[in-house]
Amino acid sequence: MGTQILFGILAAIMIVCAIGVVASNNPVRSALNLVIVLFSVALMYISLNASFVGAIQIIVYAGAIMVLFLFVIMLLNLGTPEQIVNRLKPQNSLSIIGAVTMAGVIASVVASVPTPPSSRLLPAQTVGALQIGQSLFTPTWLFPFEAVSILLLIATVGAVVLAVRRMS
Amino acid sequence: MGNVAVHTPLEFYLILSAILFTIGTVGVLTKRNPIIMFMSVELMLNAVNLSLVAFSRYLNDIGGQLMVIFVMAVAAAEVAVGLGIIVTIYRNRDSINIDRMDTMSG
Repeated sequence: MGTQILFGILAAIMIVCAIGVVASNNPVRSALNLVIVLFSVALMYISLNASFVGAIQIIVYAGAIMVLFLFVIMLLNLGTPEQIVNRLKPQNSLSIIGAVTMAGVIASVVASVPTPPSSRLLPAQTVGALQIGQSLFTPTWLFPFEAVSILLLIATVGAVVLAVRRMS
Repeated sequence: MGNVAVHTPLEFYLILSAILFTIGTVGVLTKRNPIIMFMSVELMLNAVNLSLVAFSRYLNDIGGQLMVIFVMAVAAAEVAVGLGIIVTIYRNRDSINIDRMDTMSG
């Protein structure tokens, strides 16, 4: 019963703050709402016995990525948004229709997929760094792991190349 | 908790994930500020991650959590490059209005 109450509280916080991300026109307010969503997701990971992924979520997302967002917002001084004239007004209503259609498609998929009965769920066993590391260095996951390391290197070099001021 | 506790059904997690994904899609489609669009993309990635972790728990397979770690790495790379592009565009044009970035449209 306790897990269901926790799920309900976290889900309500997530949905309200996710709407806050999308609804506000102020990037700083969106970013702070997104931080709350990311923290709630991390708590939900921990309640799903994925404590390592929850910690990584807080460190990488709420820590690094959101700080990067806030840095760029402050750097470009976008705290007070310029009144952007929207030239594509019909896009708003059309996009909501499209999103509702997509939600219907996802709901039909969720309804049609056979889900395992939760009564056969194994007893709680927290997945920590040890289990993650042991499964990461098996032949199945080793290649993606190495590929991701190269991807991160490329992204770092690319970001530096983009951000450096041209010498003229 | 153990195995006697009443668990939240897997469907609840999938429905929550679908709701978050849809909210993120609306954000990407309706917003004119590329930074808020990026945040909406992060929202969509988190929605997918949530369903992956839920599947990992309910199917008792650690692969879902490993995929979440890869998705986070790709998201970090994407944000670094994307924000670099936004800073460069702002430096060249003094504006990041997405509607004015139509130089490459045919």
